[in-house]
Amino acid sequence: MPLSGLEIYKLLPQTNCKECGYPTCLAFAMKLAAKQAELKACPYVTDESKAKLEAASAPPIRLVELAGEDGKIAVGNETVLYRHEKTFYHRPGLFLRVRDTEPAEALTKKVAQADGFQVDYVGIDLGLDGFAVEAASGDPATFAGAIQTVRGASKKPLILLVSTPELAKAGIEACAGTRPLLHAATADNAAGMAEVAKAAGAPLAVRADSLDGLAELTQIVSQAGVEDIVLDPMLQLYRDSLHTLTQLRRLALRKNLRSIGYPILTFPGAVNGADEPLMAAEHIAKYAGFIVIEQFDPATLYPLLVLRQNIYTDPQKPIQVQPGVYEINAPDGKAPVLVTTNFSITYFSVANEVEGSGWPAWLVVADAEGMSVLTAWAAGKFDAERIAKAVKGFGVPEKVGHQRVIIPGAVAVLSGELEEELPGWEIMVGPREAVDIGSFLKAMWPNGK
Amino acid sequence: MTIELHKEKSTGAVRSVTLGATKEQGGSRSRTLTIGGETALPFLDFEGSLPNRPALALEIRDRKPADWSPLLYEAWGEAMNDPADWARAAEAAGADLIYLVLSATQSDDSPNSPEKARAVVRKVLEATGLPLAVAGPGQAELDNELIVPVAEEAKGERLLLGICEDKNYRTIVAAALANDHLVQSKTPMDVNLSKQLVILIHDMGLPLERIVMDPTTGALGYGIEYGYSVMERLRLAALQGDSMTQQPMLVNPGEEAWKVKESKVGEGVPEAWGDWSRRALNWEAMTAAALVHSGADLLVLRHPESLRRVRAVIDDLVAA
Ligand code: B12
Ligand code: SF4
Repeated sequence: MPLSGLEIYKLLPQTNCKECGYPTCLAFAMKLAAKQAELKACPYVTDESKAKLEAASAPPIRLVELAGEDGKIAVGNETVLYRHEKTFYHRPGLFLRVRDTEPAEALTKKVAQADGFQVDYVGIDLGLDGFAVEAASGDPATFAGAIQTVRGASKKPLILLVSTPELAKAGIEACAGTRPLLHAATADNAAGMAEVAKAAGAPLAVRADSLDGLAELTQIVSQAGVEDIVLDPMLQLYRDSLHTLTQLRRLALRKNLRSIGYPILTFPGAVNGADEPLMAAEHIAKYAGFIVIEQFDPATLYPLLVLRQNIYTDPQKPIQVQPGVYEINAPDGKAPVLVTTNFSITYFSVANEVEGSGWPAWLVVADAEGMSVLTAWAAGKFDAERIAKAVKGFGVPEKVGHQRVIIPGAVAVLSGELEEELPGWEIMVGPREAVDIGSFLKAMWPNGK
Repeated sequence: MTIELHKEKSTGAVRSVTLGATKEQGGSRSRTLTIGGETALPFLDFEGSLPNRPALALEIRDRKPADWSPLLYEAWGEAMNDPADWARAAEAAGADLIYLVLSATQSDDSPNSPEKARAVVRKVLEATGLPLAVAGPGQAELDNELIVPVAEEAKGERLLLGICEDKNYRTIVAAALANDHLVQSKTPMDVNLSKQLVILIHDMGLPLERIVMDPTTGALGYGIEYGYSVMERLRLAALQGDSMTQQPMLVNPGEEAWKVKESKVGEGVPEAWGDWSRRALNWEAMTAAALVHSGADLLVLRHPESLRRVRAVIDDLVAA
């Protein structure tokens, strides 16, 4: 929690020597509080004060970064409980669990398939963030071998699920050149785990089934020199998850409780009786940092990735595309002209349908301030004037040899006004839903494909 | 070392609203459904009370809809041909409430009529003992034409009548007032608009205990984040004592989720979307599961399997 100017002042020498460039220590303190000055401008501040000031300016939830051979993921550093208060910043990482007891060939196949999984959502490529390799065999050599196999099929970041420092060490060695997360330090092995993590400079997860247990462990491992810590609260079902995750986030943000100010790791499918997709959905909405799933199923992963994208969208800024005219399937002068808005979801629903239909077309994207068709229409940001301006402004009349434009069926009411704004043009009212654009064009577009 | 749990006490409470009336209460329902009443954020019962769990409704139609996903036809089968069968099937699937939507046209494509609407509602009331919601087809004039006779036909049943929107609420509210029903007050994802419409409806004389607020939601991938945050804001405001936000919230993830391509269409979609049926069910259930956490008190669903899954989640969330 940031300190006030007065609180900072109390930590300064209070001699008003002016060397910092300010007339008094208090003036300097005020500037520090407003983040308009840097502490190092004062040569006399004690080490003790410096430590206190730095601790106070550290984020309440630490940012922890993992790195694979290729690709990184950073989680934590969240500042609010509800996304409308500001935004959620670092999307939770989704990792797939694999075990070192799986035969190498099957492991390679599974990892390669999951690694290659990629799905497009409004122009954003979504996929898994990495793999959690479990040392289920209990044998360091087997574990190291499995990690090599996984790394042969994927360059994404890894989480190493290990129960002893020996396994951790074997895992870390097999991960040379990357920054995996070690999981986990428990009451039984914390000192040994911390030693391995510290030597490797790797983040370490601590595992306990109570808040007190977690706080004790983070203290042990941070005293041993590990700074990047992740919490595994050993969540049970939905209710326990919600209560624990909410408490951890609140205590970190509202109470500035440092001992639990770390990102949280969950296993939504590992608990008896859990519906993995729905439990993972809860963990995405409510505060998880790393989510390890048991099943690789695109039919689950795709909606989960979309949910994560939605929850972590900045509420102040809808995802938009650049207004302009987009060419789909190499259109020529006979190709249809369609207009839509620059809200990403709207644009991509239309563009994907047109592309899939095989019709070449000009898609005119009006600047509707990132709103959907009806929202923009209701807000006065997608009216005849704006549409006409887009059609003319983006040079459509010069690109096509006809004067026909198709508007979304949802704003059929605009056609009269648009005729006035675009004299000589025929305004065609398209279907309400983008899915029907192909059949609409087939039936209605005079020039054929 | 003992970490003390952080509790946030609220100064306000969501109103309790009861749908349906038993024989003693002037209706014919075998049970009633009470929603709302919370003095804490969803499921955080360590700092307040949540006397009523979120309820789950299944949507049925007065006639088999023409444009639903094939997966829904598969799920309901023959039952869709008859609203009474459909209502019975929905009750058997575990619904707390039947959400009946009247269509704009009859099966011979002639416009729906007041007589037909009355008959359907009567039939559904006889087929099930569950409380009932009835919504019009969503065209102002026709809505009023159908909902008024329905309200009379079911006088005293404490139906939830829909859908009141800012441009069309007076007739429906008057019908609810005259016949002892409740209303669904729907506004497009905006805290102030939600409050305003509740005020307008209340100003007509309908007690707040008979208004359910529908803040509107979008499906996963299609605007859920807006609805999610508006609901969180409404619920936080309610707990802070802002009276006109204290209505229980209804949302319709079923309608929204089954409208989108991901659930509707099985062919000609990217392979990365995975198995159609599992994807579609996840779409509806996940949309609903997220909304439960933003404060939904009543969720309208379409697929019985989604209801079963979301029910299991809620069962655990409320287990003390
Ligand atoms: C999410 C949402 C919002 C979000 C905004 C999201 C955004 N960035 O646009 C927020 C919460 C901010 C919002 C605000 C408002 N909203 Co709003 N909102 C919605 C909601 C729930 C979903 C809209 C959406 O994203 N749809 C998905 C996109 C992909 O749909 P689409 O753009 O229409 O595109 C489809 C088709 O039109 C077609 N299509 C698109 N382009 C083209 C082009 C051609 C040629 C063709 C053929 C087809 C085609 O393809 C797409 C897929 O099928 C709808 C209700 C609903 N469930 O539909 C209300 C809705 C659009 N909103 C509405 C209103 C009134 C408003 C507000 C004015 C209310 C207010 N709160 O003050 C404000 C206006 C904004 C402002 N003043 O800033 C009303 C509009 C009513 C009307 N008919 O006029 C709606 C319909 C809700 C309702 N039933 O009352 N809204
Ligand atoms: S340099 Fe340090 S001691 Fe001197 S006036 Fe500035 S803050 Fe005070």
